[in-house]
Amino acid sequence: MHGFFETKNLTMQFGGLVAVSSFSLRLEQGELVGLIGPNGAGKTTVFNMITGALAPTAGHVYWQEQEITGLPLNQVAARGIARTFQNIRLFVDMTVLENVMVSFHHKIPTMFWECMLDLPRARRTEEQIKRESMELLQELGLAHLAHEKAGSLPYGQQRRLEIARALATRPRLLLLDEPAAGMNPLETMDLAQLVSDLRARHSLTVLLIEHDMKFVMRLCERIKVLDYGVTIAEGTPAEIQSNSEVIKAYLGDI
Amino acid sequence: MSKARRDQLLSVLGILVLFSVLYLFQLFGTDYQIRILNNMAIFITLAVSYNLVNGICGILHLGPNAFITVGAYTSALLTMSAAEKQASFIIEPLIWPLSVLHAPFVVSLLAGGILATLFAYLISYPVFRVRGDYLAIVTLGFGEVVRVLCNAFQTVTNGPLGLKGLQPHTNLWWSWGVAVLTIILITKLINSSYGRAMKAIRDDETAARAMGVDPFRHLLLAFLVSAFFSGVAGGLLAHLITTISPTLFTFFLTFNLLMMIVVGGLGSTTGAVLGAALFAWGGEALRVVENPINLGVIRIPGIPGMRMVIFSILLMVVIVFARRGIMGRKEFSWEWLIGKFSKSPTGGSSVAS
Amino acid sequence: MDATIFFQQLINGVSVGSLYALVAIGYTMVYGILRLINFAHGDLLMFAAYAAIYGIAIFSLPWYVSFPLAVLITGALGIILDRVAYRPLRDAPRISLLISAIGASFLLENLALVIIGGVPKGFPRPDVFGKVIDIWGLRVQVLTVYTPIITLLLLMGLLYVVYRTKVGKAMRAASKDFETTRLMGINLDRVIAITFLLGSSLAAAGGLMWAMKYPQVNPFMGVFPGLKAFIAAVLGGIGNIIGAVIGGFLLGLGEILIVALVPGLAQYKDAFAFIVLILVLLFRPTGIMGEPIIDKS
Ligand SMILES: Nc1ncnc2c1ncn2[C@@H]1O[C@H](COP(=O)(O)OP(=O)(O)OP(=O)(O)O)[C@@H](O)[C@H]1O
Ligand SMILES: [Mg+2]
Repeated sequence: MHGFFETKNLTMQFGGLVAVSSFSLRLEQGELVGLIGPNGAGKTTVFNMITGALAPTAGHVYWQEQEITGLPLNQVAARGIARTFQNIRLFVDMTVLENVMVSFHHKIPTMFWECMLDLPRARRTEEQIKRESMELLQELGLAHLAHEKAGSLPYGQQRRLEIARALATRPRLLLLDEPAAGMNPLETMDLAQLVSDLRARHSLTVLLIEHDMKFVMRLCERIKVLDYGVTIAEGTPAEIQSNSEVIKAYLGDI
Repeated sequence: MSKARRDQLLSVLGILVLFSVLYLFQLFGTDYQIRILNNMAIFITLAVSYNLVNGICGILHLGPNAFITVGAYTSALLTMSAAEKQASFIIEPLIWPLSVLHAPFVVSLLAGGILATLFAYLISYPVFRVRGDYLAIVTLGFGEVVRVLCNAFQTVTNGPLGLKGLQPHTNLWWSWGVAVLTIILITKLINSSYGRAMKAIRDDETAARAMGVDPFRHLLLAFLVSAFFSGVAGGLLAHLITTISPTLFTFFLTFNLLMMIVVGGLGSTTGAVLGAALFAWGGEALRVVENPINLGVIRIPGIPGMRMVIFSILLMVVIVFARRGIMGRKEFSWEWLIGKFSKSPTGGSSVAS
Repeated sequence: MDATIFFQQLINGVSVGSLYALVAIGYTMVYGILRLINFAHGDLLMFAAYAAIYGIAIFSLPWYVSFPLAVLITGALGIILDRVAYRPLRDAPRISLLISAIGASFLLENLALVIIGGVPKGFPRPDVFGKVIDIWGLRVQVLTVYTPIITLLLLMGLLYVVYRTKVGKAMRAASKDFETTRLMGINLDRVIAITFLLGSSLAAAGGLMWAMKYPQVNPFMGVFPGLKAFIAAVLGGIGNIIGAVIGGFLLGLGEILIVALVPGLAQYKDAFAFIVLILVLLFRPTGIMGEPIIDKS
């Protein structure tokens, strides 16, 4: 009835400011949808409401036919919705490999005391997590950095690590918050390729926020545009590019 | 031979050497030396478990004295004989069934640990509702509440009089056996997936949650494990000094533990061990400043409180100028030690973390 | 309980509460800007009390000189405290700042112990405060009546500074948004120093009245009033000056009245405040006057 994923009239109010008003979106499985809008339009706030980082003032989030509105962040993640952060939030003091391994933790079968006693099952699980994490790093082209401190990586690679870490939770819906921010055009195009590859390989549904229009137009099948928290347009890349409301919102922004 | 296998062997060897040295002290050491060694082991147990919460999870918990108190009283009440209890509780008698319960030392230690864990579980809900400074003050509050209760519940704790004349069960084998066991078990936990989750919470709680880590469960786990070992150490402490009373378990105790793990390096088990060992040794060495010194003709009077002045200055200097302490977040490893020996002094090998 | 005793206790509660309020203001102001529990704040009470004693006993100053001087010196100590223990840690993790605060508190207490010794000293209460007067049949010490009045006067002065002066405006800006204030070119270190000066001076005033009320001065006398004042600040809504005052009065009254009504609880008196703290944090973490805290992610 609600399909694969749906938000209904999500609204977030901070004091007097309505950051997002009545945001509704349906995603079909396997889609790649873009969310764009000028600075402060409320895009990240939408992500925060979906993932449970913020409890919406009003509205609903449905995931696989169940309402998940206001569920704690970690439970939303455990149910298969992962995200990256716009202002990179890696565990800077841990290695690249460890950053990814953390994401496997929420579904390990071992109990803490098995780890304390170093029982065989604990060792096996640890080995398996390590192997799967390395595979992911390989996919993202970070394997050679596995033992570096995450905080010491250059910017572009930190963004990739954010994606690897999110993928390691084994999500079915991936939310990317400005994955190309701070990358040069070459890196950006690589990333576009990577995202579309990852989607195919991991059978992901992707919702992404991005300011780089070339990136969005090339990658997304459908785009939604926010301005001052209000949805002002929705459609295919071609439709969005010629939409006068959108052009006004962006030009007004400049 | 694989590296893991080699390290394991070396560790077993290291433990054997440690206990041989302890055996020598047992044979030839003075009472004074043996007392310091016992203290050292108990401080190590306490500091390593305290570091699990404060260093690995990155929260500032200020109530380990509560766990130690619970462990010490539980253990003491179990090893005292019915007759000893009757003789001790002169103002108000001890309530049944505590008055007749009696257990061997090892059982009393475990019971101390278990009760401390239970206590930690009871207070965990309000404690982990908050973070940062609030968490610090709430845990400090629980430490104080336990002390107030110890004074007030005469029929259980004998009030301000405390419990006297405990059997001196604690010896080098018990204290160091527990210390070594604590180090091994807690290190395994820290290096496991659970420990990684705790460090993730420390680095960025929101990001950890977004990766599916439940902070409450993991902070609770660290809290309970820490409480268990602190409770056991409380039992050891009680049977080392043989007299316990509420004044023993004030915030001072917590302050000392905090100093050990900060000086050693918050977040490093190795650091906690070093900090505790230094404290046990240095604390005794510094006693001279508080005792009167006789220089033949002149007599310099002792200065009570001077040790704490030195300790608090030390704590502040470390925090302000060398925040990472001795070890930072690094750990001892055989790899590193071997590197030290096999390479020339200039050879730069780093400590594995 | 007979009504006279009840009213006696009520007045007593108001007077203790106003002392908590004075000390709580300092906590709340510092917390508002630095998000730090200044653990050493309570020890300033002790410092002020000793300063006043020495002013009177050694320099033979009259109390009306010695007391204000003690307040000033304590204010200066607050500034030094910030300079030495907190300012170097502005960009450090919060846990370091708090540890430094705990260290500073222990240092002050034990320095006092080393220099002055642990034997409690009597506090030379000026006779004007010791008089006993009769109000509607109640016999009360004038000090008990003066304390809330002095508190309210000081509060009015403080509110004037905070809401009517430029410094106060900067303080309020800094407690709203530390980073932006720094960017706006306001000298934050100066603003923080003034915050410490004001907060510490109020704590000193509280300390002097505390010492007159319970004239036994020792190196650890500030610990419990300090902790309780902090709890009062949380109860009122941390960061909010009026809230701190309300919290102080409520806590003081509650503590005295509970013991007055149920004498059996007297030995748990010191636990009462912590129970209040836990209840507040469980059910209304923002306190009575506080605004909700939003974590930006
Ligand atoms: N936790 C919060 N508390 C108060 N206001 C907030 C909070 N989070 C966001 N806002 C406000 O809500 C509005 C929308 O912010 P949001 O971060 O969602 O924008 P955005 O579209 O992601 O912008 P950008 O492209 O700059 O990332 C902004 O005005 C922001 O200041
Ligand atoms: Mg954003």
